[in-house]
Amino acid sequence: MSWLTPDVLVPIVLAILKALVILLCAVLGGAILTVVERRLLGLWQDRYGPNRVGPFGSMQLIADMLKIFFKEDWVPHFADRKLFSLAPVIAFSSLLLSFMIIPVTPNWGVADMNIGILFFFAMAGVNVYAVLFAGYASANKYALLGAMRASAQTLSYEVFMGLSVMGCVALAGSFEMRDIVNAQEGFWFVIPQFFGFCTFLVAGVAVTHRHPFDQPEAEQELADGYHIEYSSMKFGLFFIGEYVGVVLISALIATLFFGGWHGPWLPGIVWFLLKTGLFVMLFVLLRASIPRPRYDRVMQFGWKFCLPLTLINLLVTGALILLNAPASS
Amino acid sequence: MTTDTALSNTSRAAGEHDPVVDELRSRFGAEAFTLQPTLTGMPVVWVAREQLLEVLQFLRSLARPYVMLYDLHGIDERLRVHREEQPPADFTVFYQLMSFDRNSDLMLKVALHEADLRLPTITGIFPNANWYEREVFDMFGIDFAGHPHLTRVLMPPTWNGHPLRKDYPARATEFDPYTLTMEGQDKEQEALRFDPESWGMQRHSEETDFMFLNLGPNHPSAHGVFRVVLQLDGEEVVDCVPDIGYHHRGAEKMAERQSWHSYIPYTDRIDYTGGVMNNFPYVMAVEKLAGITVTPRAQMIRVMMAEMFRINSHLLFLGTYLQDLGAMTPVFYTFSDRQKAYNVIEAVTGFRMHPAWFRIGGVAHDLPQGWDRLVREFIDWMNPRLDEYERAMMDNSLVRERTVDVAAFSTQNAFDWGVTGPNLRATGYQYDLRKARPYSGYEQFDFDVPVGTNGDAFDRGMMRLEEMRQSVRIIKQCLENMPGGDYKADHPLTTPPPREKMLKHIETLITHFLQVSWGPVLKPNESFQMIEATKGLNSYYLTSDGNTMSYRTRIRTPSYPHLQHIPSVMNGGFVPDLIAHLGSIDFVMADVDR
Repeated sequence: MSWLTPDVLVPIVLAILKALVILLCAVLGGAILTVVERRLLGLWQDRYGPNRVGPFGSMQLIADMLKIFFKEDWVPHFADRKLFSLAPVIAFSSLLLSFMIIPVTPNWGVADMNIGILFFFAMAGVNVYAVLFAGYASANKYALLGAMRASAQTLSYEVFMGLSVMGCVALAGSFEMRDIVNAQEGFWFVIPQFFGFCTFLVAGVAVTHRHPFDQPEAEQELADGYHIEYSSMKFGLFFIGEYVGVVLISALIATLFFGGWHGPWLPGIVWFLLKTGLFVMLFVLLRASIPRPRYDRVMQFGWKFCLPLTLINLLVTGALILLNAPASS
Repeated sequence: MTTDTALSNTSRAAGEHDPVVDELRSRFGAEAFTLQPTLTGMPVVWVAREQLLEVLQFLRSLARPYVMLYDLHGIDERLRVHREEQPPADFTVFYQLMSFDRNSDLMLKVALHEADLRLPTITGIFPNANWYEREVFDMFGIDFAGHPHLTRVLMPPTWNGHPLRKDYPARATEFDPYTLTMEGQDKEQEALRFDPESWGMQRHSEETDFMFLNLGPNHPSAHGVFRVVLQLDGEEVVDCVPDIGYHHRGAEKMAERQSWHSYIPYTDRIDYTGGVMNNFPYVMAVEKLAGITVTPRAQMIRVMMAEMFRINSHLLFLGTYLQDLGAMTPVFYTFSDRQKAYNVIEAVTGFRMHPAWFRIGGVAHDLPQGWDRLVREFIDWMNPRLDEYERAMMDNSLVRERTVDVAAFSTQNAFDWGVTGPNLRATGYQYDLRKARPYSGYEQFDFDVPVGTNGDAFDRGMMRLEEMRQSVRIIKQCLENMPGGDYKADHPLTTPPPREKMLKHIETLITHFLQVSWGPVLKPNESFQMIEATKGLNSYYLTSDGNTMSYRTRIRTPSYPHLQHIPSVMNGGFVPDLIAHLGSIDFVMADVDR
């Protein structure tokens, strides 16, 4: 064990600590968002929202957590127990794991993987299984319909979600997130990659099943869809998982298109949090302001509009890069 | 005393000179029909059972045809004392037909005898007879030969007895205590299981196995306890079967044991979003029986409050309709508007949802001091809000995408299924009872009747928005032209009599006492009043047997046929289209099940 010198140990411990802090922040961010969303919705809907527990409702989160912990953890007798319990775990962990690739500041971040953004796509792909398992294992017709919608929607939207960021990847010349942020020092990628940004935002909303792409849950139609049979902490995991997804997508948008930690005057971390927070609010505003399109229209929009748009965007980006590239022999 | 004065009003055989009676007599012979003089304002014609189908066919094919089966129900005649000028009968089934070209109604009655309670079904002529005949079967045990699915519609399938029969007890105390065993519970649950074969539905087609989905009775978009069973191919609704009765409270039966006066609060709870709008047809029908003419002030107060409730109900509609389309926010806005309306309603009536504020002969009290300021504030608030809703929501492309051409139906289809009110007008047919047959002084008001073009879910939404504007106009005219005078008619049957008089006048005090303890006694006759309620045509058909209570009260509500209509427009749509349609119908289950 002679290699266990302080020189080696300290960076490892530091890295673990940083990872833990980011993990905690992500989970807490998701949890706090459940309250923030309700307050923001209240603001936009001419009402108060939860403001009873603690000053300005700040303790609402604790009350909610206590309540959900003490709920009976009921598994319907007709459900497939194993899959039923597995689904919320996948839902919660897959998107949470993706936080790994996000560089928060120049020196903070869990892992700088060379596959970078591809890791997120992989995890988003795994996330579909959560919905699928939940819908199938619940043995409930509404859940089944929800799962059907969810898998079809997520699969179609992931197709162009991947393509929509390839412009950024091409511009930065790397899949690694840190490289992509560093490449945006001069100008943010939202300018050359505006269409990429638009389609990624749409796909991001769809992948996290947020309104108006909450087809799998569609309260008015499917009465909460795939998680209709879930209660207690199992439901809680789906619930927090969704908000973790919102934070993640917002952080990814900030990183990929809005220069991550880059910004004048303020420290990098503040810029990163500000940008992320802005997009989180956009998610909430979307929910407050628009109705839900019909499910088949959502699919049409994905395949017939977004996919061609991302393809053209990618082709044009590629062509421009080639044109500007120094002529090689 | 009270009876003497009640008897003084003249029995007017209204509608006796309706040309349709001559048309019928020239076709079927003068002997074929008995004409019953009533206060219903339409000819009431007794037809032999054997001739019923022929007569209905004839009326339907007349030059100006009777296109809509407006109502169909029964009366248990066995305990009725006063049956002058009526053929002998143990049970009566009545068919009320509506002609829009003539702007008049016609009631056919068929006499049945206890030993032989059978009638031919008329579903082949009027498709909406389906549920009505099921209800008559349910309530009276009358059999309709040839009916496609003659089962109970309001009571549970396991029920014993026929509730609207006179020998069926009305009070819970007349029954044994209710018990439910485990076996009983299993039996009830089993009885609710949907059996597609009994509805002529297939479980499989050549390519697919269908999924049968119970939407309701507890579902966020079912607007109450409404169940609709969907036959799904993927998300496509191949067929659907609406199931009602979960909100049945026996309002019609209760009318038979409440005094004419004390039944008013029950009417509030028929269309529970309509408030005093429900009192309106009831008290007007009672006033016809009593021969009371209401003062102009009372009339206008009634119109004003009814229109307040129309706005209130339409606001609820708009919020929930948009919420069903997935827009989360509008419902909060419409509810703050409803609160503004309630501020006025509360100040005037002292109550919010169910004021039970109309009285036989007027309204409960005069308008309070300062009512005009409250109403003006409300009007000033409402108009800009309505513009905002139109801009923010009805012009929204997603709302249009979800509703335009969804669940569209034609005017003819609406007639066939008894669809009335804004849903009928959305198909482009202008028929508003407030214009066509003005009541309570509606002829004095200047307002427009909005009509749609496509009869789709979008038009049905726009109808309500536009109607709210018109209601605001009417309320404004009430505000500017409110006549002075009494808020109650000076008539011996006004219930309760004006308090100012009662405190000084021993005769009125006695009347007051009798009317409040026993209830007013109304002369035997039949009367009828139809109004343009919040959701369509609502009417009360009252039968008095010269007693303090009604002998039979038939409440025809608009939501009932609107729900029966769903399968005829829905088949082939997607689940979200069904939700959009449910949202656009504007029904409440209390209005369906009564």
